[in-house]
Amino acid sequence: MKILSSEITPYKTYLNRRKFIKGSLASALLATVSSSAFANHDNNSSIYNKYLNENDKLNSYEEITTYNNFYEFGTHKKHPHLNSGNFKPRPWTIKIDGLVKKPQTFDLEKILSNVTIEDRVYRLRCVEAWSMVIPWQGFQLSELIKMAEPLSSAKYVQFVTVFRPEEMPGQQKRTIIWPYREGLRMDEAMNPLTILATGLYGHEMPNQNGAPIRLVVPWKYGFKSIKSIVEIRFLDTQPETSWETLAPWEYGFYANVNPNVNHPRWSQGTERRIGEFKRRETLMFNGYEKEVAHLYKDLDLTKFY
Amino acid sequence: MFSTRNFNRSKPVLFILILFPSLIWAYQFVTGNLGVNPIEKLMDELGLMALRLIIITLMITTLSNIKPLKSIVVLRRMIGLFAFYYVCLHFSTYIVLDHFLDMKFIIQDIIKRPFITFGFISFLFLIPLASTSTNNMIKRLGFKLWKKIHYLIYPVAILASMHFYVLVRADKTEPVIYMGIIILLLLHRIFKRLTPPQLAQ
Repeated sequence: MKILSSEITPYKTYLNRRKFIKGSLASALLATVSSSAFANHDNNSSIYNKYLNENDKLNSYEEITTYNNFYEFGTHKKHPHLNSGNFKPRPWTIKIDGLVKKPQTFDLEKILSNVTIEDRVYRLRCVEAWSMVIPWQGFQLSELIKMAEPLSSAKYVQFVTVFRPEEMPGQQKRTIIWPYREGLRMDEAMNPLTILATGLYGHEMPNQNGAPIRLVVPWKYGFKSIKSIVEIRFLDTQPETSWETLAPWEYGFYANVNPNVNHPRWSQGTERRIGEFKRRETLMFNGYEKEVAHLYKDLDLTKFY
Repeated sequence: MFSTRNFNRSKPVLFILILFPSLIWAYQFVTGNLGVNPIEKLMDELGLMALRLIIITLMITTLSNIKPLKSIVVLRRMIGLFAFYYVCLHFSTYIVLDHFLDMKFIIQDIIKRPFITFGFISFLFLIPLASTSTNNMIKRLGFKLWKKIHYLIYPVAILASMHFYVLVRADKTEPVIYMGIIILLLLHRIFKRLTPPQLAQ
């Protein structure tokens, strides 16, 4: 799968460019090529519309790939898009260790040949109170966990992002403690909603969105969905996670989307859906209450935020 | 040696230069060219501009201690008023565009979120400064009282930089630089006060 240049060109720039090159024979040809590619991209989004909830609309490829947090490439939301060009997502391996039958390292290709990639259109709610709707491609984390064969004593899963400061300029500064770490409880990890995503909008995962493989846990704040995973550990105690370590009074291990639990920095009661003018109400568990509320029925969510 | 006249002459140019960014952002906002999250972008740009202008007014006072730049102080009022202008735009973006005049929500936001509390108090303290900025007001209040009121610029600057500092999630370099500059400028003033004028000469 190759990303066509027309798809990473912002629509407006693209239109302006078309105006500019009008008239020249060679570029007229180019315009034909890219306009058909663009149309193709548009068609693509309609494939995913059937998965949408009534009140949701897909965000554009441009929105999803030019505005996100990935501190490994810088702390501004435009940085991942601007600074991820040198990152090399292939070849890729994932190390499996901790409480498993046999610690081993999987080639990504080997993992992919053992799973079925499916479309998952999810809302993504950032802790900064903005949100998007993203058509991911991926497979259930539970499939990989089965391949990993954890011991029955394993109660938690920890994930680790790759550490390559020469390819990820954000890692050259100690903004957070590298490598980035995240974790889930085993039942959260096994939940059918939890996926490892390898693509979006039918393209291989762009570098800035966590190439080549990332977690997506749609009922939790975005920072739980760790990107560019190189290691998965099975543990019997709750693992340390990056944001919780940095500011435990702000970010908890669970980080479930919850409009009723205040954050000192952002009200979590409402959110701005990217592309919309007015704020929307934030939904409990980001609207996935039916699928996941049972996981927390014995938990005080104001304490375990 | 720069005369008062030199500085006064530069005012129209400065006026346009400082006003210009707000016009550009407004134009970009209306035409949909302010990026993926335009309201956030607009608010950030306006707020940052306001903080920088507040710091510049403090710098002007310090610079005016240097003999050849003594008259630079004539620029301070205009820049201070522009800081207020940008703070007002920043605040109204928050109230109108970000929260659609949802006053219940906004009041809770101001009370519950320290960074918004800092920003809001800073804004309140700027109001008496802006409203006593005319020559007429200096006369009416008397220079001494007027000057006392205008000491409010110190809490304004500190609160505004804290507003920024607390907002930033991880890489605090930029707000720390602004705080550092403010602290240096304040230290200079304290040092000047403690030094008897004869010695200072």
